[in-house]
Formats: sequence, C-alpha cells, structure tokens
Amino acid sequence: MDLLELSGLEVAYGTIRAVRNLSLTVGSGELVALLGPNGAGKSSTLNAIVGLAPRSAGTIRFDGVDITNKGTEAIVGMGLTLVPEGRRVFPKLSVRENLGLGGSVRLGRSNQGQAKRMEEMLSLFPILAARLHQAAGTLSGGEQQQLAVARALMSSPRLLLMDEPSLGLGPMVVDTVFEMIQELSRSGVTILLVEQNVRLALEVASRGYVLASGSLHMQGSSDDLIVSGQVEAAYLGVAEG
Amino acid sequence: MELIIQQAVNGLALGGTYALIALGLAIVFSILGFINLAHGELLTIAGYTMFLLLGTGIPFPARVLVAVLFAGIAAVLMERIGFRPFRGSAGVTLLLTSYAISTSLQVVFLNLIDPRGKSVQVPAYLNTLLNLGPVSIGLKQGLSVVASVGMLVALSLFLRKTRMGASIRAAAQDFQITRLMGIPANRVVSMVFLISGILAGIAGVLWVSQRSTVDPAMGFTPVLKGFVASIVGGLGSLPGAVVAGFLLGFIEIMVEAFLPADAQVYREGVVWFLVILALLFRPQGLLGEAKE
Repeated sequence: MDLLELSGLEVAYGTIRAVRNLSLTVGSGELVALLGPNGAGKSSTLNAIVGLAPRSAGTIRFDGVDITNKGTEAIVGMGLTLVPEGRRVFPKLSVRENLGLGGSVRLGRSNQGQAKRMEEMLSLFPILAARLHQAAGTLSGGEQQQLAVARALMSSPRLLLMDEPSLGLGPMVVDTVFEMIQELSRSGVTILLVEQNVRLALEVASRGYVLASGSLHMQGSSDDLIVSGQVEAAYLGVAEG
Repeated sequence: MELIIQQAVNGLALGGTYALIALGLAIVFSILGFINLAHGELLTIAGYTMFLLLGTGIPFPARVLVAVLFAGIAAVLMERIGFRPFRGSAGVTLLLTSYAISTSLQVVFLNLIDPRGKSVQVPAYLNTLLNLGPVSIGLKQGLSVVASVGMLVALSLFLRKTRMGASIRAAAQDFQITRLMGIPANRVVSMVFLISGILAGIAGVLWVSQRSTVDPAMGFTPVLKGFVASIVGGLGSLPGAVVAGFLLGFIEIMVEAFLPADAQVYREGVVWFLVILALLFRPQGLLGEAKE
C-alpha cells in the first residue's frame, strides 16, 4: 500500500506556479528519489507535503488520510517529517535540546520515552553523543546533517522527507551521509529523497521521479533512469522537448 | 561615594524597569519580527488596575499580583484579536497594527476613565529608607531592583530549563522549523505574549509606584526607552535588551545626578547622544549579531 500519494498537486507563490499537476506515490518501506535541476519544484513539493508551502490544487494523502488542508503540526504529529535543506538545526540550542525538540511531538511529555529514544539516536550517531552539550551551531556541516536527521528521527516518523542532504558538504562527508540514508532505509524507514546529485541519489533509491520546470518529466526504476540519459537532459533544460 | 552608591541603586531601579520593558519587546520581536508599539498600554493597564483596586480592601501585594496578571491576559488577548489575523504579514503591517491598537486603547482609557492622571498611592512603608551602613536606600528602589532582577532570573531559568522555554528559544531562531517539530505555533506565540505582558505588568507597577500616578498616555515614555534599549542591546537579543536596559537607566540617573544645574536642561540630549554614539560604534547593538 502507498504510504504517500500526491495527486495533481499544484504549488503557487502568488502568480508563480512552482509545482504543476504533480502525481507521485511512495510505498511503505521504499526509498524514492525526487530529482530535477534548480527551480524544478522539488523543495516546494516537500514543503507542500508538510504544509510549509501553499497548496493551490490537488490532494496529498498520507496512509490513506487526506492531509491536504492540515497544518504542519498536525501532519508532523501523524508521523511524517522533513529534514530541511541546509540542515537548519537550532544553532544556539545544544545538541541535546535540538534532539529533545525533535521528539516532543510524538513522544508527548513522557520524559522516559524521550530519554530512551535519545539513547537510540546517540548510539546510531555516536558523534552526537560526544557533542551533546555543545551548541549545534558549532558543529561541522556533516555533524549538523547528522543532527538534523537524528532530530527528525526522534519522533519515530513513518515517512522521512529529506531535502538535499549533500548540499554544502565535502565529498567524504557526502559518502557518510548517504551510507546513513541507506542504513535508515534498510532499517525500514520510508524515505522520499530530494537530491541534486543524481547518480548518488539513484544509487540508493529503488526508483525516482524527475521534475523539470515544476512538472513531472519522467519516472522509473533507478536503473532505467540512469541508463536512459534523459535525467541529464532534464538538467540541461531540454526537458520540454 | 555615598551619593554615588545611592544614585547607582536608583540607576539600577530605573534600569531594571527599562530592562523588563526592553525584554518584553525583544521577546516578541525575536519571534514575530515586529516591535509591539502597544506594549506601553500594557503598562498602563497594570497602572489602572492598581488604581481601580484602590479602596477595595485588597492588600497591596495582592493588588500588584492582579495588576500583573491583567497585563498578561491583556497581552494574550491583544495577540489573539489584534495580531493573529495578520500572522505572516510583513513586519511593517504588524508594526502599524500595534500602533493602531496603542492609539485605540489610549482613547478607551481617555473616555472610560479620565483624561487626567489618577493618583495611585502606595503603602507608606514603601517610602521608608533602609540604612545600610553609611548609605541610605529607599525601600521602593531596593524592591524595584529585587523585583526586576528576580523576574529576569526566573525568566532565564524558564527559558533554559523547561520544554516550553526551549520551544520559545527555538522559535526565536527558526519559527518554521519549530513548527516542523510539531510544536504548535499558536501555543508558543500565546506564551510569548503572556511573558511579554507579565514583564510589562511588573514594569507598569514599578513605574506607577515611583510616580504615584497613572494617565492614558503613561506607557509612552517608558516604552520609548525600552524600545531604545532593545535596539541598543541588539534587536531581538534578549540578553542585549537586559544589559542595555540597565545601562540606559543607569546613565540617565547618573547624568541627572552629576550634570551641573545649568546643564540639566540638556540631560535628555546627553542620554540620546550616548545612544547614538553606541549605535555608531556597534550598529548591530551591544550583543546583536552583525549582518553580512
């Protein structure tokens, strides 16, 4: 069964239509890539799913429930969360506080539940255990990315949306981050991954969607997309042809 | 020396009031990105509550608590009725809304209560002098310092030690991502206005206690000073607002105490000159972060 289903989604900022008539699905346990050049509407799609971008038409269903008109807090409470572009950790809060806020929604006010989940996260991301009382803004880019993911996982989400996790990171760190994404996927977390690095994204994803100028340009299994060469065409701006 | 110590206490008392006001303005600015010009009317509401409870037989400390509580509730209502419909609008829209609320409330006070000032007497024991060795300090001034410092410490503990406090600090850094954590935006904003209103309420009680009178435009001057303190401190910086508030009050009292009698007419000018000087050297404010 599909965990996430977008049907005819439109996202518009005033007169600018960022996403046009987009339909896609993500099955439970899948890792799906959403690809496309800058300005293709990838981040707008993710933001619209979690209610942070205006949805002007279409429907978004999560686990069979229509969430199109729900607010961000309610959507996140249902078990869907986003690791935003640029990490966006709270720089002046400690690593522990960042993690605590991530878990506040689904773990409610149970301190025990929070502590247990935090232990799990710290064993999954040992570097964060060493930085627990440090301000998040003092962490390196890679460490901040790990914190952003751990913060999102604190709420034990059923679907994780990841927006450009490799952005601004060095090649070595990017490899580590993608190993982490693969590991998460293997552990059963459903992931919709937005990424500029096409090859890397299709290496970890089972299938992908390619956007160009806000519309769906093509879709298919990762192998097919790599072989077809049309992904590169979309990036070079010849998608409309 | 004794004079300096006494004036220092007076400076701290006035600075504490400015710090409370500046902090109330800064905490709202840090999350919603506008200066609430109707903050002064919250001080006035606290003052009028003190006035209206006179003669009811309610003891003075209880009157103070009720006044502070009313200012807090008024701030929450102000957000719910006046600002929430404009949530997400440009800062200047919210600024103008706050000006409209401020003016409307002043008209209400003017018509429903009195255009003239109303006397708010504080108990006589507050006017006694405490003799600390060679130095005498007014009990009222001493209590002002204790109240403002105590409130600032309590607020700091609340922001650092509680989950709601962490949510507020997070929202001040990135409101959108705080919502992404599933933390209800409305609850955080309401709590911020409640805190801002309580700070204004305490400042209002201290202001009225010092002057023993309340009038419809009472809030204007202290909020102007609090506004200046929040800018000098670094707009949106909570520690900056506190430091600059104390500094401004201290400088005002010192200038008033030590400027020659002939030059007293320039004392406000001297204070503003120092403010301009501070901003020339640190345009981002004392504890604000420089923008690229």
